[in-house]
Amino acid sequence: MARITLSNLAHSYLPHPKGPEDFALKQMDHVWEDGGAYALLGSSGCGKTTLLNIISGLLRPSQGRVLFGDRDVTDAPTAERNIAQVFQFPVVYDTMSVRDNLAFPLRNRRMDAAYIRARVEAIGRMIGMEAVLDRKARGLTADAKQKISLGRGMVREDVNAILFDEPLTVIDPHMKWELRTQLKTLHRELSHTMIYVTHDQTEALTFADKVVVMYDGRVVQMGTPQELFETPAHTFVGYFIGSPGMNLLDARIEGNVAHVEGCAVPLGAGYGPVGGRAQIGIRPEFARLTSAEGLPVRLRRVEDVGRHKIVRAEFFGREINIIAEEGAGIGPDMTRVAFRPDKINVYSDDWRVAPAGRLGEAA
Amino acid sequence: MEKTVNHKAWFLVLPVLVLVAFSAVIPLMTVVNYSVQDTFGNNVFFWAGLEWFQQVLASPRIHDALMRQILFSAIILAIEVPLGIFVALNMPKRGFWASLCLVLMALPLLIPWNVVGTIWQIFGRVDIGLLGHTLAKLGISYNYTANAFDAWVTVIVMDVWHWTSLVALLAYAGLQSIPDAYYQAAKIDQASRWKVFRYIELPKMQGVLLIAILLRFMDSFMIYTEPFVVTGGGPGNATTFLSIDLVKMAIGQFDLGPAAAFSIMYFLVILLISWVFYTVMTNLDKREGI
Repeated sequence: MARITLSNLAHSYLPHPKGPEDFALKQMDHVWEDGGAYALLGSSGCGKTTLLNIISGLLRPSQGRVLFGDRDVTDAPTAERNIAQVFQFPVVYDTMSVRDNLAFPLRNRRMDAAYIRARVEAIGRMIGMEAVLDRKARGLTADAKQKISLGRGMVREDVNAILFDEPLTVIDPHMKWELRTQLKTLHRELSHTMIYVTHDQTEALTFADKVVVMYDGRVVQMGTPQELFETPAHTFVGYFIGSPGMNLLDARIEGNVAHVEGCAVPLGAGYGPVGGRAQIGIRPEFARLTSAEGLPVRLRRVEDVGRHKIVRAEFFGREINIIAEEGAGIGPDMTRVAFRPDKINVYSDDWRVAPAGRLGEAA
Repeated sequence: MEKTVNHKAWFLVLPVLVLVAFSAVIPLMTVVNYSVQDTFGNNVFFWAGLEWFQQVLASPRIHDALMRQILFSAIILAIEVPLGIFVALNMPKRGFWASLCLVLMALPLLIPWNVVGTIWQIFGRVDIGLLGHTLAKLGISYNYTANAFDAWVTVIVMDVWHWTSLVALLAYAGLQSIPDAYYQAAKIDQASRWKVFRYIELPKMQGVLLIAILLRFMDSFMIYTEPFVVTGGGPGNATTFLSIDLVKMAIGQFDLGPAAAFSIMYFLVILLISWVFYTVMTNLDKREGI
């Protein structure tokens, strides 16, 4: 087990990358703490799998170093890194029995036979396949095969880290929940470093202590689920996490007031001059419909999703989403939307701007 | 839902029945007809029963040809299948060189049998052939027209030259269908090169390899043109395989009765073996579908 350090890392699939657009992974420096449960979240093609394959050694980065603890493993082959990885689609050895599949990584490392036996039984129980251990892996259903893949990933106890590359894509929803819970339990028991790649925010937020959001080859934010929710560091995080995502409005910032299409919106903190394209971001959870204060909007529709209602409103051609509590009445006179000032974030060219000070302290 | 019964529909399959009868059933029946009758000319036939069959089954000449045939098929399968797999494993996976390899591999398959025969017939000649002449200059005694062993080597090398590509291309197709994740998982699991072959590549190639073996078996078991052009079945009867013998019997000696009985049994043997292959293959599929 070890801390994983990515230093000055970047990767391009082209042999001679010219500009930054040629890089699948833009230059980054990150430290993944030993024993952490990380989720790597981002839309397809943002470089998640590339990053994972660099950590596991399946891919050599075009620049920068990878360190496990204090050891530089940039040029070490996968075998030396002692990593387990589970892939998006099931990889099983068809001609072997389920038992042999699970034992395969242990046998290749010449572990003791009695230990292998006990360990395989334990993992078989964990993935709920103890009854079919002696069946051939060929002919099992896709989710059974994926469970074997997961089992093979977890069978070694001495690994530096376990990497999961969207492992639950082919599993049905009910089993997904169960397996994810088991992964969490396993993480608590063995405290391996786990890195879990997904594009599903629920999966990421429930699995991980820390969520790493990637966008366009960059890690845009690394934080707890709460941090991602309350203070998204990049507009992409705001938009990608949450359902619906954060509302973004172009604004002119003056101290603790934002001017949006001529309307003044009070902010929870004071800001210095904001350069570039200035925007304010507010989560639908912190917006509410009113009849007196706030921005004038036109209501387009109301969606009742059970626990709450999503109000789709329009403000100068831009959509604003509002989440209204289950019992909250929506009247015909409520044509304005107000934001909670302390929940508004300010962005300059998509990156969050830290406030100069809380209101009150600023003076 | 109940199906409508309308026997007039049978008329719709009439054209195909006529066509098949004309092109396959009637000629086959003619052969069957010959196999149970004897004639002394003038189109007068006598019933001969199973006499020809008994004669063919008891004939040492045909026993020898059958043994040679089995030996030949066994040898070329034993060479072409492992060699084809080996070639496929070492072919580039993608890019310009992969395309070039594919084209080069496909070339021998495009050459007609008798041309292949002629190429090797000349290639191996001691007086003017590149191979034969070179060997003679090197002091190696080689003469496929006089020495039975040399004739066998020539015929086998020729078949390997002509057909290994087929096995290689099929195996290559099988290998190409393996997703990268399998190789990556094997690396993670620290599998050795041999284990990657044994547990990933071989199982994934199983289906295409069965087809390759079936095709090569049937083709080699019926081989005629190439050895006929190169050795003419000689020296003596050393390379007289079943179909060469059959043609000699039917057209050379004009023994239509025994030749007909012979071809029917020949056909049945190939049918039997193909059936065995088919059964094995479908059973494998079934096992997969459990």
